[in-house]
Amino acid sequence: MRGVRPATTFLVFLGLWWLVARYSSVPPFMLPPPGDVAAALWTQRGLLLGNTLVTLAEILLGLLCGTVLGGIAALGIVFSPVLQRWLMPVLVVSQAIPVFALAPLMVLWFGFGMAAKIIMAMLVIFFPVTANFADGLRRTPPGWLDLARTMNASPLAVLRHIRLPAGLPAFGSGLRVAAVIAPIGAIIGEWAGASSGLGYVMLNANARIQTPLMFAALFILAALTIALYVLVDRLLRRLLYWAPDTTGG
Amino acid sequence: MNTPPGILVRDLSLNFGGVTVFEGLGFEIAARKFTALLGPSGVGKTTLLRIIAGLEAPATGQVAASDGAPLAGRIAYMAQQDFLLPWASALRNVMLGATLRGAKPEPERALHLLERVGLGGQAKALPQTLSGGMRQRVALARTLYEDRPIVLMDEPFSALDSITRLRIQNLAAELLAGRTVLLITHDPLEACRLGHALFVLSGTPARLGAPLHVPGPPPRAADDIALLQTQGSLMRTLTEAIAP
Repeated sequence: MRGVRPATTFLVFLGLWWLVARYSSVPPFMLPPPGDVAAALWTQRGLLLGNTLVTLAEILLGLLCGTVLGGIAALGIVFSPVLQRWLMPVLVVSQAIPVFALAPLMVLWFGFGMAAKIIMAMLVIFFPVTANFADGLRRTPPGWLDLARTMNASPLAVLRHIRLPAGLPAFGSGLRVAAVIAPIGAIIGEWAGASSGLGYVMLNANARIQTPLMFAALFILAALTIALYVLVDRLLRRLLYWAPDTTGG
Repeated sequence: MNTPPGILVRDLSLNFGGVTVFEGLGFEIAARKFTALLGPSGVGKTTLLRIIAGLEAPATGQVAASDGAPLAGRIAYMAQQDFLLPWASALRNVMLGATLRGAKPEPERALHLLERVGLGGQAKALPQTLSGGMRQRVALARTLYEDRPIVLMDEPFSALDSITRLRIQNLAAELLAGRTVLLITHDPLEACRLGHALFVLSGTPARLGAPLHVPGPPPRAADDIALLQTQGSLMRTLTEAIAP
């Protein structure tokens, strides 16, 4: 029963799409019917699979590096006033500049290969991961810290056994956001200059008016993002078995 | 555990938010006895306990052990909330002190303590699966695991229903006997059941009245005549303390 609702939503969406494509005056090169997109998915499966793997690798590596760096930055911000003074402006500036505007620069600096895309994905997730985790680390209940003090705990032991685990739910919130927006970073990176990846396929297909192929790439990207979110969410729920979920979900 | 010392509080002063909480406050907490501290809300009982625990510093004054040795490392602290770590089992929560000090945890001793508080079967349970009374008993076991000569307790049983509270009071009296215990409570019955000496803290700046002494060893029966008489005197003292 669990999959019924999303499946229904998906089917209704497909039906509406088909109706608009079939009966409105929108030409197929602007809105191809779902059947054409499915056909493109099948006939171009070799091309799509290869490029999907490239984008997936960029997203996963960006997610991994961004999460590790964001985690380290959050620790630095919370525990070192000096680092906080130096890192906070960098963090705010990294959000003030639209990431899209940085993409051509990244491609110029790091080339047409994967590195520029991984860095783009890192850039978009860095802030949510850092901000959420830093927030979680700052909000350790004072009662736990008092208890630790009466137990003669060292600051490092408090960090390891109390502050870090207590900050994990907030870190998880950042990671969930990161899982959804990391693909945006990778695709923007590909649009700015690439020789492979789903973003590259979309740009090429668009230029050649192969709209069904573009839609197919878009469909894969959406499915990839949803799958990544679900995976991260499940993993976090399992890891944070102790954190209360008051929605009952 | 070494012989528990008494606690000497001398000339304590503290200002908080423009209010003089304590000024020249001094008293003595007897060694190896239960001392109960009562008084109206906001008078500074918790602050006093936190100063003795070393969690807050007074503006002036000293807190010292009667044997002259430093107090640090000889105090266990139990707060109103259980402060159990939600990600750790009851057993691991009991051994938290050892984990935090990098010492070798002693699961047998922790399990024995959980058995003493009646939770031997819940060693692997996470705190959120336990009732309020059970959680507070785990916190008591955690306090006992520290095996400190001095135990400071800040309304540790106030959130429990009255029957659970009576039971856990019996347990605390039995398991903490022979230690120097300072217990903050709002419950005159609890003070009279457990305390050898009862102090009332009142006024601004806060002052301690002369202590009331309850005859007989704790835990005393709730219908004990001497206890009821002391409870009556205590109620009168508290009412006078709150009166404008």
